[in-house]
Amino acid sequence: MRKFLILLSREIKSYFYSPIAYVVLCFFLLLTGFTFYIGVTFLNHGSTEVTVVESFFNTVPFWFGFVLIFPLITMRLFAEEFKLQTIEPLMTAPVTDVQVVLSKFFGAVFFYIILWAPTAVYFHMFQWITKTPAAGTPAAYLGSYALLLLIGMFYISIGCFSSVVTRNQIIAAVISFVAIVVLFFVGLLSFILPHMTPALRDFFNYFSSIEHMADFSKGMIDSRPVVYYLSMTALMLVLTHHVFQSRKWKL
Amino acid sequence: MIKVQNLTKRYAGITAVDDLSFEVGKGEIVGFLGPNGAGKSTTMRILSSFMPATSGTASVAGFDVFENSLEARSHLGYMPENVALYTELRVREYLRYRGGIKGVGGRKLKERLGEVLDLCSLNDVENRIIGTLSKGYRQRVGLADALIHDPDLLILDEPTIGLDPNQIRHVRQLIKDLGRRHTILLSTHILPEVEMTCNRVIIIHKGKIQASDTPQNLLAQLRTAGGIRIEAQTGADNGVEMLSKVSGVKDVSVETDGGWSIFNLRVEANSDLREEVFRLAVERKWAVRELARRKATLEDVFVEITHNE
Repeated sequence: MRKFLILLSREIKSYFYSPIAYVVLCFFLLLTGFTFYIGVTFLNHGSTEVTVVESFFNTVPFWFGFVLIFPLITMRLFAEEFKLQTIEPLMTAPVTDVQVVLSKFFGAVFFYIILWAPTAVYFHMFQWITKTPAAGTPAAYLGSYALLLLIGMFYISIGCFSSVVTRNQIIAAVISFVAIVVLFFVGLLSFILPHMTPALRDFFNYFSSIEHMADFSKGMIDSRPVVYYLSMTALMLVLTHHVFQSRKWKL
Repeated sequence: MIKVQNLTKRYAGITAVDDLSFEVGKGEIVGFLGPNGAGKSTTMRILSSFMPATSGTASVAGFDVFENSLEARSHLGYMPENVALYTELRVREYLRYRGGIKGVGGRKLKERLGEVLDLCSLNDVENRIIGTLSKGYRQRVGLADALIHDPDLLILDEPTIGLDPNQIRHVRQLIKDLGRRHTILLSTHILPEVEMTCNRVIIIHKGKIQASDTPQNLLAQLRTAGGIRIEAQTGADNGVEMLSKVSGVKDVSVETDGGWSIFNLRVEANSDLREEVFRLAVERKWAVRELARRKATLEDVFVEITHNE
Protein backbone atom coordinates (compact mmCIF):
# COMPACT_ATOMS: atom_id res chain seq x y z
CA MET A 1 0.00 0.00 0.00
CA ARG A 2 2.85 2.35 0.84
CA LYS A 3 4.49 1.70 -2.50
CA PHE A 4 1.17 2.29 -4.23
CA LEU A 5 0.82 5.67 -2.53
CA ILE A 6 4.35 6.65 -3.51
CA LEU A 7 3.65 5.66 -7.12
CA LEU A 8 0.35 7.52 -7.00
CA SER A 9 1.90 10.68 -5.68
CA ARG A 10 4.48 10.63 -8.46
CA GLU A 11 1.73 10.21 -11.04
CA ILE A 12 -0.14 13.18 -9.62
CA LYS A 13 3.00 15.29 -9.38
CA SER A 14 3.95 14.50 -12.95
CA TYR A 15 0.71 16.17 -14.11
CA PHE A 16 1.58 19.38 -12.41
CA TYR A 17 5.23 19.29 -13.48
CA SER A 18 4.27 19.22 -17.15
CA PRO A 19 2.69 22.09 -19.06
CA ILE A 20 -0.12 19.85 -20.28
CA ALA A 21 -1.88 20.05 -16.90
CA TYR A 22 -2.08 23.82 -17.07
CA VAL A 23 -3.22 23.79 -20.69
CA VAL A 24 -5.98 21.33 -19.86
CA LEU A 25 -6.92 23.23 -16.71
CA CYS A 26 -7.21 26.53 -18.63
CA PHE A 27 -9.11 24.93 -21.47
CA PHE A 28 -11.45 23.33 -19.03
CA LEU A 29 -12.00 26.47 -17.01
CA LEU A 30 -12.94 28.32 -20.19
CA LEU A 31 -15.22 25.52 -21.24
CA THR A 32 -17.07 25.17 -17.96
CA GLY A 33 -17.29 28.94 -17.66
CA PHE A 34 -18.83 29.16 -21.09
CA THR A 35 -21.17 26.26 -20.33
CA PHE A 36 -22.23 27.93 -17.13
CA TYR A 37 -22.90 31.16 -19.03
CA ILE A 38 -25.04 29.25 -21.54
CA GLY A 39 -26.88 27.56 -18.70
CA VAL A 40 -27.67 30.84 -16.98
CA THR A 41 -28.68 32.49 -20.28
CA PHE A 42 -31.00 29.58 -20.94
CA LEU A 43 -32.68 30.15 -17.58
CA ASN A 44 -33.06 33.86 -18.33
CA HIS A 45 -34.87 33.32 -21.61
CA GLY A 46 -36.63 30.04 -21.41
CA SER A 47 -38.78 28.13 -19.04
CA THR A 48 -37.79 28.05 -15.42
CA GLU A 49 -38.69 24.44 -14.91
CA VAL A 50 -35.09 23.33 -14.97
CA THR A 51 -32.46 24.28 -12.41
CA VAL A 52 -29.07 25.71 -13.28
CA VAL A 53 -27.41 22.42 -12.38
CA GLU A 54 -29.61 20.59 -14.87
CA SER A 55 -28.99 23.10 -17.63
CA PHE A 56 -25.27 23.18 -16.92
CA PHE A 57 -24.78 19.43 -17.26
CA ASN A 58 -27.03 19.01 -20.27
CA THR A 59 -25.66 21.40 -22.87
CA VAL A 60 -23.87 20.64 -26.12
CA PRO A 61 -20.64 22.53 -25.32
CA PHE A 62 -20.41 20.66 -22.03
CA TRP A 63 -20.42 17.26 -23.71
CA PHE A 64 -18.26 18.46 -26.56
CA GLY A 65 -15.46 19.53 -24.28
CA PHE A 66 -16.05 16.66 -21.93
CA VAL A 67 -15.05 13.94 -24.42
CA LEU A 68 -11.98 15.94 -25.46
CA ILE A 69 -10.25 16.00 -22.10
CA PHE A 70 -9.82 12.26 -21.62
CA PRO A 71 -7.31 11.66 -24.41
CA LEU A 72 -5.37 14.69 -23.16
CA ILE A 73 -5.06 13.49 -19.60
CA THR A 74 -4.45 9.81 -20.33
CA MET A 75 -2.36 9.64 -23.49
CA ARG A 76 1.01 9.90 -21.77
CA LEU A 77 0.34 7.46 -18.90
CA PHE A 78 2.03 4.38 -20.33
CA ALA A 79 3.09 5.50 -23.81
CA GLU A 80 5.55 8.00 -22.39
CA GLU A 81 7.15 5.45 -20.08
CA PHE A 82 7.59 3.08 -23.01
CA LYS A 83 8.96 5.79 -25.27
CA LEU A 84 11.44 7.23 -22.76
CA GLN A 85 12.30 3.73 -21.46
CA THR A 86 11.64 4.83 -17.90
CA ILE A 87 9.60 1.65 -17.77
CA GLU A 88 12.87 -0.24 -17.29
CA PRO A 89 13.88 1.31 -13.96
CA LEU A 90 10.23 1.29 -12.92
CA MET A 91 9.61 -2.40 -13.52
CA THR A 92 12.98 -3.55 -12.21
CA ALA A 93 12.08 -1.97 -8.87
CA PRO A 94 10.10 -4.25 -6.57
CA VAL A 95 6.63 -3.04 -7.57
CA THR A 96 3.85 -5.13 -9.06
CA ASP A 97 2.11 -4.54 -12.39
CA VAL A 98 -1.19 -4.06 -10.56
CA GLN A 99 0.29 -1.31 -8.39
CA VAL A 100 1.60 0.49 -11.46
CA VAL A 101 -1.65 0.22 -13.43
CA LEU A 102 -3.80 1.34 -10.50
CA SER A 103 -1.49 4.21 -9.58
CA LYS A 104 -1.68 5.54 -13.12
CA PHE A 105 -5.44 5.15 -13.22
CA PHE A 106 -6.09 6.81 -9.87
CA GLY A 107 -3.53 9.52 -10.62
CA ALA A 108 -5.58 10.45 -13.69
CA VAL A 109 -8.83 10.21 -11.72
CA PHE A 110 -7.39 12.58 -9.11
CA PHE A 111 -6.44 15.09 -11.78
CA TYR A 112 -9.92 14.76 -13.27
CA ILE A 113 -11.47 15.59 -9.89
CA ILE A 114 -9.25 18.68 -9.65
CA LEU A 115 -10.55 19.72 -13.07
CA TRP A 116 -14.13 19.69 -11.81
CA ALA A 117 -13.52 21.28 -8.44
CA PRO A 118 -13.97 24.91 -9.61
CA THR A 119 -17.49 24.22 -10.91
CA ALA A 120 -18.72 23.73 -7.34
CA VAL A 121 -17.88 27.40 -6.84
CA TYR A 122 -20.03 28.38 -9.84
CA PHE A 123 -23.20 26.99 -8.29
CA HIS A 124 -22.38 28.49 -4.95
CA MET A 125 -21.90 31.90 -6.58
CA PHE A 126 -25.15 31.49 -8.48
CA GLN A 127 -27.07 30.91 -5.26
CA TRP A 128 -25.32 33.77 -3.52
CA ILE A 129 -26.10 36.30 -6.26
CA THR A 130 -29.55 35.21 -7.43
CA LYS A 131 -30.82 33.96 -4.09
CA THR A 132 -32.33 31.03 -6.02
CA PRO A 133 -31.32 27.42 -5.35
CA ALA A 134 -28.98 26.05 -8.05
CA ALA A 135 -30.33 22.53 -7.79
CA GLY A 136 -33.75 21.16 -6.94
CA THR A 137 -32.48 18.89 -4.18
CA PRO A 138 -29.11 18.07 -2.61
CA ALA A 139 -29.38 14.74 -4.42
CA ALA A 140 -29.12 16.61 -7.72
CA TYR A 141 -25.65 17.85 -6.76
CA LEU A 142 -24.68 14.48 -5.47
CA GLY A 143 -26.09 12.72 -8.53
CA SER A 144 -24.43 15.04 -11.04
CA TYR A 145 -21.01 14.84 -9.46
CA ALA A 146 -21.23 11.12 -8.72
CA LEU A 147 -22.14 10.46 -12.33
CA LEU A 148 -19.35 12.73 -13.54
CA LEU A 149 -16.94 10.67 -11.49
CA LEU A 150 -18.36 7.39 -12.79
CA ILE A 151 -18.29 8.42 -16.44
CA GLY A 152 -14.84 9.90 -15.87
CA MET A 153 -13.51 6.66 -14.40
CA PHE A 154 -14.81 4.67 -17.33
CA TYR A 155 -13.38 7.03 -19.95
CA ILE A 156 -10.07 7.29 -18.09
CA SER A 157 -9.83 3.50 -18.04
CA ILE A 158 -10.35 3.56 -21.82
CA GLY A 159 -7.54 6.13 -21.96
CA CYS A 160 -5.28 3.86 -19.87
CA PHE A 161 -5.94 1.01 -22.23
CA SER A 162 -5.16 3.09 -25.33
CA SER A 163 -1.95 4.32 -23.76
CA VAL A 164 -0.75 0.85 -22.84
CA VAL A 165 -1.08 -0.56 -26.35
CA THR A 166 1.32 1.89 -27.98
CA ARG A 167 4.47 3.84 -27.28
CA ASN A 168 3.26 6.78 -29.32
CA GLN A 169 1.23 9.34 -27.39
CA ILE A 170 -0.55 10.67 -30.47
CA ILE A 171 -1.75 7.19 -31.40
CA ALA A 172 -2.87 6.65 -27.80
CA ALA A 173 -4.85 9.90 -27.91
CA VAL A 174 -6.48 9.01 -31.23
CA ILE A 175 -7.49 5.53 -30.07
CA SER A 176 -9.09 6.77 -26.85
CA PHE A 177 -10.73 9.73 -28.60
CA VAL A 178 -12.31 7.51 -31.26
CA ALA A 179 -13.40 4.92 -28.69
CA ILE A 180 -14.99 7.53 -26.43
CA VAL A 181 -16.70 9.36 -29.31
CA VAL A 182 -18.10 6.10 -30.69
CA LEU A 183 -19.40 5.13 -27.25
CA PHE A 184 -20.89 8.54 -26.89
CA PHE A 185 -22.65 8.35 -30.25
CA VAL A 186 -24.12 4.94 -29.48
CA GLY A 187 -25.93 6.79 -26.73
CA LEU A 188 -27.11 9.41 -29.21
CA LEU A 189 -28.55 6.88 -31.68
CA SER A 190 -32.01 7.13 -30.18
CA PHE A 191 -31.99 10.87 -30.95
CA ILE A 192 -30.60 10.43 -34.45
CA LEU A 193 -32.88 7.54 -35.52
CA PRO A 194 -36.37 8.50 -34.36
CA HIS A 195 -38.17 5.43 -35.79
CA MET A 196 -36.81 2.87 -33.43
CA THR A 197 -38.62 0.12 -31.59
CA PRO A 198 -39.00 0.98 -27.88
CA ALA A 199 -36.94 -2.08 -26.92
CA LEU A 200 -34.04 -0.95 -29.08
CA ARG A 201 -34.37 2.59 -27.76
CA ASP A 202 -34.15 1.31 -24.20
CA PHE A 203 -31.14 -0.74 -25.14
CA PHE A 204 -29.27 2.24 -26.55
CA ASN A 205 -30.34 4.47 -23.72
CA TYR A 206 -28.67 2.06 -21.37
CA PHE A 207 -25.34 3.27 -22.84
CA SER A 208 -26.30 6.89 -23.17
CA SER A 209 -24.30 9.15 -20.91
CA ILE A 210 -26.61 12.01 -21.89
CA GLU A 211 -29.68 10.14 -20.70
CA HIS A 212 -27.93 9.17 -17.50
CA MET A 213 -26.94 12.75 -16.84
CA ALA A 214 -30.46 14.01 -17.55
CA ASP A 215 -31.72 11.74 -14.74
CA PHE A 216 -28.87 12.18 -12.28
CA SER A 217 -28.82 15.97 -12.52
CA LYS A 218 -32.46 15.96 -11.43
CA GLY A 219 -31.44 13.91 -8.42
CA MET A 220 -32.84 10.64 -9.78
CA ILE A 221 -30.12 8.19 -8.90
CA ASP A 222 -30.47 4.96 -10.83
CA SER A 223 -28.36 1.93 -9.96
CA ARG A 224 -28.13 0.62 -13.55
CA PRO A 225 -25.71 3.28 -14.83
CA VAL A 226 -23.66 2.88 -11.65
CA VAL A 227 -23.23 -0.82 -12.33
CA TYR A 228 -22.59 -0.16 -16.01
CA TYR A 229 -19.80 2.38 -15.44
CA LEU A 230 -18.13 0.54 -12.58
CA SER A 231 -18.12 -2.81 -14.34
CA MET A 232 -16.85 -1.31 -17.59
CA THR A 233 -14.10 0.52 -15.70
CA ALA A 234 -13.08 -2.72 -14.04
CA LEU A 235 -13.11 -4.50 -17.39
CA MET A 236 -10.91 -1.87 -19.05
CA LEU A 237 -8.47 -1.93 -16.14
CA VAL A 238 -8.21 -5.71 -16.29
CA LEU A 239 -7.52 -5.46 -20.02
CA THR A 240 -4.94 -2.73 -19.40
CA HIS A 241 -3.25 -4.92 -16.82
CA HIS A 242 -3.14 -7.85 -19.24
CA VAL A 243 -1.67 -5.81 -22.05
CA PHE A 244 0.82 -4.27 -19.63
CA GLN A 245 1.96 -7.73 -18.59
CA SER A 246 2.16 -8.92 -22.17
CA ARG A 247 4.95 -6.40 -22.89
CA LYS A 248 7.36 -8.88 -21.32
CA TRP A 249 6.61 -11.51 -23.90
CA LYS A 250 6.88 -9.14 -26.82
CA LEU A 251 10.31 -7.79 -25.98
CA MET B 1 24.54 -14.51 -5.28
CA ILE B 2 23.63 -15.07 -8.92
CA LYS B 3 22.89 -18.49 -10.29
CA VAL B 4 22.10 -18.90 -13.97
CA GLN B 5 21.27 -22.29 -15.43
CA ASN B 6 20.77 -23.10 -19.11
CA LEU B 7 19.38 -19.66 -19.75
CA THR B 8 18.11 -19.13 -23.28
CA LYS B 9 16.40 -16.11 -24.76
CA ARG B 10 15.07 -16.07 -28.29
CA TYR B 11 13.64 -13.00 -29.98
CA ALA B 12 11.75 -13.37 -33.23
CA GLY B 13 14.20 -15.56 -35.10
CA ILE B 14 17.32 -14.51 -33.19
CA THR B 15 18.86 -16.36 -30.28
CA ALA B 16 20.28 -13.63 -28.09
CA VAL B 17 21.30 -15.83 -25.19
CA ASP B 18 22.07 -19.45 -25.86
CA ASP B 19 22.10 -21.98 -23.02
CA LEU B 20 24.04 -19.78 -20.62
CA SER B 21 25.12 -21.12 -17.22
CA PHE B 22 27.25 -19.34 -14.67
CA GLU B 23 27.41 -18.39 -11.03
CA VAL B 24 28.55 -15.31 -9.21
CA GLY B 25 29.56 -15.71 -5.59
CA LYS B 26 29.09 -13.25 -2.78
CA GLY B 27 31.60 -10.40 -2.82
CA GLU B 28 32.85 -10.98 -6.35
CA ILE B 29 33.21 -8.25 -8.94
CA VAL B 30 32.51 -9.95 -12.24
CA GLY B 31 33.03 -8.32 -15.61
CA PHE B 32 30.69 -9.38 -18.32
CA LEU B 33 32.49 -8.92 -21.57
CA GLY B 34 31.44 -9.26 -25.14
CA PRO B 35 31.11 -7.47 -28.46
CA ASN B 36 27.96 -5.50 -29.25
CA GLY B 37 24.98 -7.79 -29.53
CA ALA B 38 26.63 -10.64 -27.65
CA GLY B 39 23.73 -10.95 -25.24
CA LYS B 40 25.11 -9.03 -22.27
CA SER B 41 22.21 -6.62 -21.87
CA THR B 42 19.67 -9.36 -22.48
CA THR B 43 21.15 -11.50 -19.71
CA MET B 44 21.18 -8.54 -17.34
CA ARG B 45 17.60 -7.65 -18.18
CA ILE B 46 16.55 -11.21 -17.42
CA LEU B 47 18.43 -11.12 -14.13
CA SER B 48 16.70 -7.89 -13.19
CA SER B 49 13.28 -9.42 -14.01
CA PHE B 50 12.66 -6.93 -16.80
CA MET B 51 12.03 -9.70 -19.29
CA PRO B 52 11.50 -13.42 -18.92
CA ALA B 53 13.80 -16.03 -20.39
CA THR B 54 12.60 -18.37 -23.12
CA SER B 55 13.93 -21.28 -21.10
CA GLY B 56 16.28 -21.97 -18.24
CA THR B 57 16.34 -20.45 -14.79
CA ALA B 58 18.08 -17.61 -13.04
CA SER B 59 18.07 -16.69 -9.41
CA VAL B 60 19.29 -13.70 -7.45
CA ALA B 61 20.13 -14.03 -3.74
CA GLY B 62 18.33 -17.37 -3.77
CA PHE B 63 15.12 -16.01 -5.30
CA ASP B 64 14.04 -17.08 -8.75
CA VAL B 65 13.80 -13.99 -10.95
CA PHE B 66 10.56 -15.20 -12.47
CA GLU B 67 8.80 -17.03 -9.65
CA ASN B 68 9.83 -14.72 -6.80
CA SER B 69 10.45 -11.68 -8.88
CA LEU B 70 9.58 -9.12 -6.20
CA GLU B 71 12.04 -10.55 -3.63
CA ALA B 72 14.72 -10.93 -6.29
CA ARG B 73 14.21 -7.34 -7.39
CA SER B 74 14.44 -5.96 -3.88
CA HIS B 75 17.84 -7.63 -3.46
CA LEU B 76 19.42 -6.09 -6.49
CA GLY B 77 20.25 -2.65 -7.78
CA TYR B 78 20.10 -2.44 -11.52
CA MET B 79 21.48 0.29 -13.70
CA PRO B 80 20.28 -0.09 -17.27
CA GLU B 81 22.38 0.66 -20.31
CA ASN B 82 20.34 3.75 -21.20
CA VAL B 83 19.76 5.48 -17.92
CA ALA B 84 16.20 6.73 -18.33
CA LEU B 85 15.04 9.11 -15.61
CA TYR B 86 11.96 11.19 -14.97
CA THR B 87 13.38 14.42 -16.32
CA GLU B 88 10.84 16.66 -14.59
CA LEU B 89 11.94 15.68 -11.08
CA ARG B 90 14.84 17.06 -9.05
CA VAL B 91 17.75 14.75 -8.25
CA ARG B 92 17.00 14.44 -4.55
CA GLU B 93 13.28 14.10 -5.16
CA TYR B 94 13.85 11.38 -7.73
CA LEU B 95 16.13 9.39 -5.45
CA ARG B 96 13.68 9.72 -2.58
CA TYR B 97 10.91 8.41 -4.83
CA ARG B 98 13.07 5.52 -6.01
CA GLY B 99 14.05 4.67 -2.46
CA GLY B 100 10.38 4.71 -1.50
CA ILE B 101 9.25 2.25 -4.15
CA LYS B 102 12.15 0.00 -3.24
CA GLY B 103 10.84 -0.15 0.31
CA VAL B 104 13.25 2.21 2.08
CA GLY B 105 11.54 4.77 4.25
CA GLY B 106 11.74 7.22 7.10
CA ARG B 107 15.07 7.90 8.76
CA LYS B 108 16.77 5.08 6.88
CA LEU B 109 15.87 6.71 3.56
CA LYS B 110 17.22 10.06 4.70
CA GLU B 111 20.47 8.40 5.72
CA ARG B 112 20.81 6.50 2.47
CA LEU B 113 20.06 9.63 0.45
CA GLY B 114 22.96 11.46 2.10
CA GLU B 115 25.24 8.47 1.56
CA VAL B 116 24.50 7.90 -2.12
CA LEU B 117 24.63 11.61 -2.93
CA ASP B 118 28.10 11.64 -1.37
CA LEU B 119 29.24 8.40 -3.01
CA CYS B 120 28.19 9.50 -6.47
CA SER B 121 29.33 13.12 -5.98
CA LEU B 122 25.87 14.48 -6.59
CA ASN B 123 25.81 16.96 -3.72
CA ASP B 124 26.28 19.93 -6.03
CA VAL B 125 23.28 19.04 -8.17
CA GLU B 126 20.88 17.50 -5.64
CA ASN B 127 18.34 20.28 -6.20
CA ARG B 128 18.72 20.53 -9.96
CA ILE B 129 16.01 19.30 -12.30
CA ILE B 130 17.22 16.08 -13.91
CA GLY B 131 16.31 17.31 -17.40
CA THR B 132 18.96 20.02 -17.15
CA LEU B 133 21.78 17.66 -16.16
CA SER B 134 24.53 16.49 -18.48
CA LYS B 135 24.88 12.86 -19.49
CA GLY B 136 27.63 12.24 -16.94
CA TYR B 137 25.49 13.45 -14.07
CA ARG B 138 22.48 11.46 -15.26
CA GLN B 139 24.66 8.36 -15.36
CA ARG B 140 25.62 9.02 -11.75
CA VAL B 141 21.99 9.55 -10.77
CA GLY B 142 21.32 6.12 -12.32
CA LEU B 143 24.08 4.63 -10.21
CA ALA B 144 22.81 6.37 -7.08
CA ASP B 145 19.38 4.91 -7.84
CA ALA B 146 20.87 1.41 -8.08
CA LEU B 147 22.52 1.95 -4.68
CA ILE B 148 19.74 3.70 -2.79
CA HIS B 149 18.30 0.60 -1.10
CA ASP B 150 21.74 -0.77 -0.23
CA PRO B 151 21.26 -3.96 -2.26
CA ASP B 152 23.42 -7.06 -1.88
CA LEU B 153 23.92 -7.23 -5.61
CA LEU B 154 24.60 -4.54 -8.20
CA ILE B 155 23.99 -5.17 -11.87
CA LEU B 156 25.52 -2.39 -13.93
CA ASP B 157 25.06 -2.39 -17.69
CA GLU B 158 27.91 -0.37 -19.21
CA PRO B 159 28.27 2.00 -16.27
CA THR B 160 30.95 4.20 -17.83
CA ILE B 161 29.45 4.67 -21.28
CA GLY B 162 29.19 8.30 -22.30
CA LEU B 163 31.33 9.65 -19.48
CA ASP B 164 34.41 11.84 -19.87
CA PRO B 165 37.81 10.39 -18.86
CA ASN B 166 37.75 11.98 -15.40
CA GLN B 167 34.30 10.69 -14.68
CA ILE B 168 35.24 7.25 -15.96
CA ARG B 169 38.14 7.12 -13.50
CA HIS B 170 35.84 8.27 -10.75
CA VAL B 171 33.21 5.62 -11.53
CA ARG B 172 35.83 2.86 -11.74
CA GLN B 173 37.21 3.81 -8.36
CA LEU B 174 33.66 3.89 -7.04
CA ILE B 175 32.98 0.39 -8.36
CA LYS B 176 36.17 -0.87 -6.74
CA ASP B 177 35.12 0.66 -3.42
CA LEU B 178 31.62 -0.71 -3.70
CA GLY B 179 33.08 -4.15 -4.37
CA ARG B 180 34.12 -4.34 -0.75
CA ARG B 181 30.51 -4.44 0.40
CA HIS B 182 28.49 -5.52 -2.60
CA THR B 183 28.55 -8.24 -5.21
CA ILE B 184 28.85 -6.63 -8.62
CA LEU B 185 28.13 -7.84 -12.12
CA LEU B 186 29.08 -5.22 -14.68
CA SER B 187 29.09 -5.35 -18.42
CA THR B 188 31.34 -3.42 -20.69
CA HIS B 189 33.24 -3.62 -23.90
CA ILE B 190 35.98 -1.37 -22.59
CA LEU B 191 38.69 -3.84 -21.66
CA PRO B 192 41.03 -1.84 -19.43
CA GLU B 193 37.99 -1.26 -17.26
CA VAL B 194 37.66 -4.96 -16.57
CA GLU B 195 41.36 -5.43 -15.94
CA MET B 196 41.26 -2.60 -13.45
CA THR B 197 38.11 -3.40 -11.56
CA CYS B 198 37.09 -7.04 -11.80
CA ASN B 199 38.33 -10.15 -10.13
CA ARG B 200 36.65 -12.40 -12.66
CA VAL B 201 35.79 -12.08 -16.31
CA ILE B 202 33.08 -13.81 -18.26
CA ILE B 203 33.52 -13.44 -21.99
CA ILE B 204 30.34 -14.00 -23.91
CA HIS B 205 30.01 -14.16 -27.67
CA LYS B 206 26.91 -14.86 -29.73
CA GLY B 207 25.00 -15.69 -26.57
CA LYS B 208 27.49 -18.29 -25.33
CA ILE B 209 30.15 -18.20 -22.66
CA GLN B 210 33.57 -18.44 -24.27
CA ALA B 211 35.72 -18.00 -21.19
CA SER B 212 35.32 -17.42 -17.50
CA ASP B 213 38.35 -16.83 -15.31
CA THR B 214 40.44 -14.20 -13.58
CA PRO B 215 42.03 -11.65 -15.94
CA GLN B 216 45.50 -13.02 -15.02
CA ASN B 217 44.63 -16.61 -15.85
CA LEU B 218 43.03 -15.62 -19.12
CA LEU B 219 46.22 -13.84 -20.12
CA ALA B 220 48.29 -16.86 -19.18
CA GLN B 221 46.19 -19.12 -21.37
CA LEU B 222 46.61 -16.92 -24.36
CA ARG B 223 48.26 -18.66 -27.27
CA THR B 224 49.33 -15.61 -29.17
CA ALA B 225 49.93 -12.79 -26.84
CA GLY B 226 51.65 -9.51 -26.98
CA GLY B 227 54.01 -8.46 -29.68
CA ILE B 228 56.97 -6.43 -30.73
CA ARG B 229 56.99 -3.07 -32.36
CA ILE B 230 59.91 -1.91 -34.40
CA GLU B 231 60.31 1.32 -36.32
CA ALA B 232 63.05 1.03 -38.92
CA GLN B 233 64.21 2.69 -42.12
CA THR B 234 63.72 0.01 -44.73
CA GLY B 235 61.36 -0.93 -47.54
CA ALA B 236 58.06 -2.07 -46.12
CA ASP B 237 57.67 -5.26 -48.23
CA ASN B 238 61.27 -6.27 -47.75
CA GLY B 239 61.00 -5.74 -43.99
CA VAL B 240 57.86 -7.81 -43.63
CA GLU B 241 59.52 -10.68 -45.49
CA MET B 242 62.63 -10.58 -43.30
CA LEU B 243 60.75 -10.26 -40.02
CA SER B 244 58.34 -13.06 -40.84
CA LYS B 245 61.30 -15.43 -41.09
CA VAL B 246 62.32 -14.86 -37.47
CA SER B 247 61.22 -17.96 -35.61
CA GLY B 248 58.37 -17.38 -33.17
CA VAL B 249 56.75 -14.58 -35.15
CA LYS B 250 53.12 -15.34 -36.03
CA ASP B 251 52.43 -12.45 -38.34
CA VAL B 252 53.61 -9.00 -39.22
CA SER B 253 51.70 -5.89 -40.08
CA VAL B 254 53.21 -2.69 -41.35
CA GLU B 255 52.43 0.97 -41.75
CA THR B 256 54.63 3.77 -43.03
CA ASP B 257 55.44 7.12 -41.51
CA GLY B 258 57.50 9.28 -43.89
CA GLY B 259 60.62 7.29 -44.67
CA TRP B 260 60.07 4.98 -41.72
CA SER B 261 58.25 1.71 -41.57
CA ILE B 262 56.48 0.69 -38.42
CA PHE B 263 56.20 -3.08 -38.02
CA ASN B 264 53.92 -4.76 -35.53
CA LEU B 265 54.81 -8.37 -34.85
CA ARG B 266 52.50 -10.81 -33.14
CA VAL B 267 54.53 -13.44 -31.37
CA GLU B 268 54.05 -16.65 -29.44
CA ALA B 269 53.07 -16.34 -25.83
CA ASN B 270 55.79 -15.91 -23.24
CA SER B 271 58.49 -15.32 -25.77
CA ASP B 272 60.69 -12.28 -26.10
CA LEU B 273 62.06 -11.91 -29.60
CA ARG B 274 63.57 -8.45 -29.18
CA GLU B 275 67.13 -9.75 -29.38
CA GLU B 276 66.51 -11.68 -32.57
CA VAL B 277 64.84 -8.69 -34.14
CA PHE B 278 67.69 -6.45 -33.08
CA ARG B 279 70.24 -8.81 -34.63
CA LEU B 280 68.30 -8.89 -37.85
CA ALA B 281 68.25 -5.10 -37.98
CA VAL B 282 72.00 -4.90 -37.40
CA GLU B 283 72.65 -7.55 -40.01
CA ARG B 284 70.55 -5.68 -42.58
CA LYS B 285 71.94 -2.30 -41.50
CA TRP B 286 68.50 -0.83 -40.77
CA ALA B 287 68.41 2.44 -38.92
CA VAL B 288 66.15 1.80 -35.91
CA ARG B 289 64.42 4.47 -33.84
CA GLU B 290 62.22 2.26 -31.70
CA LEU B 291 62.16 -1.32 -30.58
CA ALA B 292 59.63 -2.23 -27.94
CA ARG B 293 57.74 -5.17 -26.52
CA ARG B 294 54.02 -4.88 -25.99
CA LYS B 295 52.60 -6.99 -23.20
CA ALA B 296 49.52 -9.01 -23.83
CA THR B 297 46.33 -7.37 -22.67
CA LEU B 298 42.84 -8.55 -22.17
CA GLU B 299 42.16 -7.04 -25.53
CA ASP B 300 44.23 -9.78 -27.14
CA VAL B 301 42.26 -12.41 -25.26
CA PHE B 302 39.05 -10.78 -26.33
CA VAL B 303 40.07 -10.51 -29.97
CA GLU B 304 41.30 -14.07 -30.05
CA ILE B 305 38.11 -15.43 -28.54
CA THR B 306 35.59 -13.36 -30.43
CA HIS B 307 37.28 -12.75 -33.74
CA ASN B 308 38.04 -16.16 -35.20
CA GLU B 309 34.55 -17.00 -36.37
